[in-house]
Amino acid sequence: MAKPKVAFYWCASCGGCEETVVDLNEDILKVADAVDIVLWPVALDFKRKDVEALKDGEIAVSFINGAVRLEEQEEMVKLLRQKSGLVIAFGACAHLGGIPGLGNFWDRDTIFQRVYKEVPTVENPKGIVPQEKTKIKEGELTLPEFYDTVKTVAQTVDVDYYLPGCPPPPDLIMKAVTAILKGELPEKGAVLAPNKALCDTCPRAESKPEKLSIAEIKRPWQIKLDPEKCFLAQGVICMGPATRTGCGETCIRANQPCRGCFGPVDGVVDQGAKALSMIASILGLEGEEKMTDEEVKKLIDGIVDPAGTFYRFSLASSLLRRKRME
Amino acid sequence: MKKITIDPITRLEGHGKIEIFLDDKGNCARACLQIPELRGFEKFAEGRAAEEMPRITTMICGVCPTAHHIAATKTLDDLFKVEPTSAAKKIRELMYNAFQAEDHILHFVFLGGPDFIVGPSAPAAERNVLGVIGKVGLEAGGKVIEMRKRMRNVLRIIGGKPVMPTCGLPGGVSKQISEEERKTIIEAGEYGVEFCKFALQLFDDVVLKNKEYVDLVTGDVYSHKTYYMGLVDENNKVNFYDGQIRVVDPNGKEYVKFKVQNYLDHIREHVEPWTYVRFSYLKNIGWKGFVDGKESGVFRVAPLARLNASDGMATPLAQEAYEKMYKILGGKPVHSTLAFHWARLVEALSASERVLELAKDPEITSDDIVNLPTETPKEGMGVVEAPRGTLIHHYQTDERGVITKANLIVATQNNSAAINMSVEKAAKSLIKKGKVPEGILNMIEMAFRAYDPCHACATHSLTGRMPLEVNVYDFQGELVKTLTTME
Repeated sequence: MAKPKVAFYWCASCGGCEETVVDLNEDILKVADAVDIVLWPVALDFKRKDVEALKDGEIAVSFINGAVRLEEQEEMVKLLRQKSGLVIAFGACAHLGGIPGLGNFWDRDTIFQRVYKEVPTVENPKGIVPQEKTKIKEGELTLPEFYDTVKTVAQTVDVDYYLPGCPPPPDLIMKAVTAILKGELPEKGAVLAPNKALCDTCPRAESKPEKLSIAEIKRPWQIKLDPEKCFLAQGVICMGPATRTGCGETCIRANQPCRGCFGPVDGVVDQGAKALSMIASILGLEGEEKMTDEEVKKLIDGIVDPAGTFYRFSLASSLLRRKRME
Repeated sequence: MKKITIDPITRLEGHGKIEIFLDDKGNCARACLQIPELRGFEKFAEGRAAEEMPRITTMICGVCPTAHHIAATKTLDDLFKVEPTSAAKKIRELMYNAFQAEDHILHFVFLGGPDFIVGPSAPAAERNVLGVIGKVGLEAGGKVIEMRKRMRNVLRIIGGKPVMPTCGLPGGVSKQISEEERKTIIEAGEYGVEFCKFALQLFDDVVLKNKEYVDLVTGDVYSHKTYYMGLVDENNKVNFYDGQIRVVDPNGKEYVKFKVQNYLDHIREHVEPWTYVRFSYLKNIGWKGFVDGKESGVFRVAPLARLNASDGMATPLAQEAYEKMYKILGGKPVHSTLAFHWARLVEALSASERVLELAKDPEITSDDIVNLPTETPKEGMGVVEAPRGTLIHHYQTDERGVITKANLIVATQNNSAAINMSVEKAAKSLIKKGKVPEGILNMIEMAFRAYDPCHACATHSLTGRMPLEVNVYDFQGELVKTLTTME
């Protein structure tokens, strides 16, 4: 029997999803043995025309990482959809928009303005910014269009499954690959990680009080972080309750609170809204009725960047999606 | 006029392409390396809580997240005006050196290795990591996987995970190292030192005895007389984690030495409309275009630049290797771009030695890992030597410590003018009278691969070569010839 064809592609990403695949170490050889890789730009030389030459649906599965920010990324994602039986959005950027999705608080011109004109080291009296077409003495140079809005893969094409995380941990990758090879996949649209909140598997779960209440928000540098106690019980914002588990609680084990890269559990449309309502429900719970408006405001102001905290990885995929364009 | 396009994966990938223009005689008139990729971290840092920057800027690069993590963390120290505890500094430096060692070794084996171990003119099909293993043997190949695994495990111990680690806080780190973890780290350090000694020996046996490669290293095609920049300690020895930024001129004489807080007095960036990357240069020399020499503000960073900009290595075995390198290459400074590979191994050895030194330091398991800040934040700057060169973060905040402005001088940006020059020089040397020899592909790859450029994670090719295609067009833009690295 012919080995299933597999594609691995990157869009607006950082290379971390490629590194996590290399972190499979010896297991990567098993994977390479079981499948026929037809596209993997970081590792192997196959061209767009090779993909175009395939029959529709001939690729068994395409793993796509990165968000969609450039014209050519959108084209490639659409091509892979057409040629693939399964499309898996791989990693937080493909799944949720990820960190590049924070760009949706602005637009192309504002980003260009900062990056090429304002930063203190730039010497640019003519106000030059990159152009899609530039004529130089010797000829013409082109660049791909930079979109105003960062999109997820699912906002670009139909997605079958999601592998969450920044980056997806090697054990989840192996599980997903094994499930695909055995044809033991869950219902379409599933996130290939446990459907439980991080708190449910957190090594500090026992120190999470039955009834949480935060009297004052503490930023991670304002207290000596207790290496064993629930962060929320210490007053430190942790996205654990609003975030899916499966990461191995790696950040928690490094004594840092969760920032939500796995996205929400099933049924939650908007991770940020979920987190916000969770925090709102435990903020100043003790003696709430006695607090003045000013005290309430002060308490809430302890969260200095609500949008960037609760929507750190999921802005592009949220109901908000982006700042309104003027 | 003819135009030649070298595109990593046929116009699709957003991580770097080369355009070469020929004049009417068919000689190379101009070559441009374009970076068709931008995410805009300088902008979306605005509004974020400063302490989150070490956890946001890591996502600039999944290959070198630790560099951004530590640069951001040091910037927080400066921002909050808090001195980290002695143990915290050591833990950070330990983590940083483990990262430096594994990243350099990844390049040595997978990326640069094929050029100098298998040989620059070996058939393309052999010029990859498998070719390297074929040449050095399977046992050595296994050592490489083991070295990387162990050093990345050190990152896991300290930062939770090797891709996007997290441990940095203003004034310290979040997690203490246990006695048991320390033992594991010592073993990783010992393994690393032995491995790097082996790698340098291999370089001796295979590379220095390959006349073709030595001729290239010492020849003119890959040479640029530029300024060099790197962090040095108080004895002017190479330091990846901390110190002052030292710049030497093309003759190797100290041009300036400054603290990162003064970087605005010394570094400027130039913008071109045809690429998304900015080009760093020395402010007080000025931007004179893509040219080398003492009158041009172009400088270089990363392994060879660091060695050129220093007076030596801070660890004993690496110092020996450093002396040997300069002796064989005829003294300081060395201008050959291909010598970056050698310098990278010297540095990997130094980083491994430092991992071991720090892991054996009794203070490394101390529980005194953070000093809480008390000052109101306003502005901070921080610097590290990323594997690919000097990396600077600069934040301004309001009194709550919320970012109002951020600036990032990323390592590869510092080399971007020089990389362009190297590509153009190789193209000019090799393309004559309209003839585009097949070998040009690898020769041009070699020109930029030596820098291990990180804007193109595309060059982090597991097969050890970047897939390239050269299209030759005639005056009407008709495709007349296509060459690829895949035969």
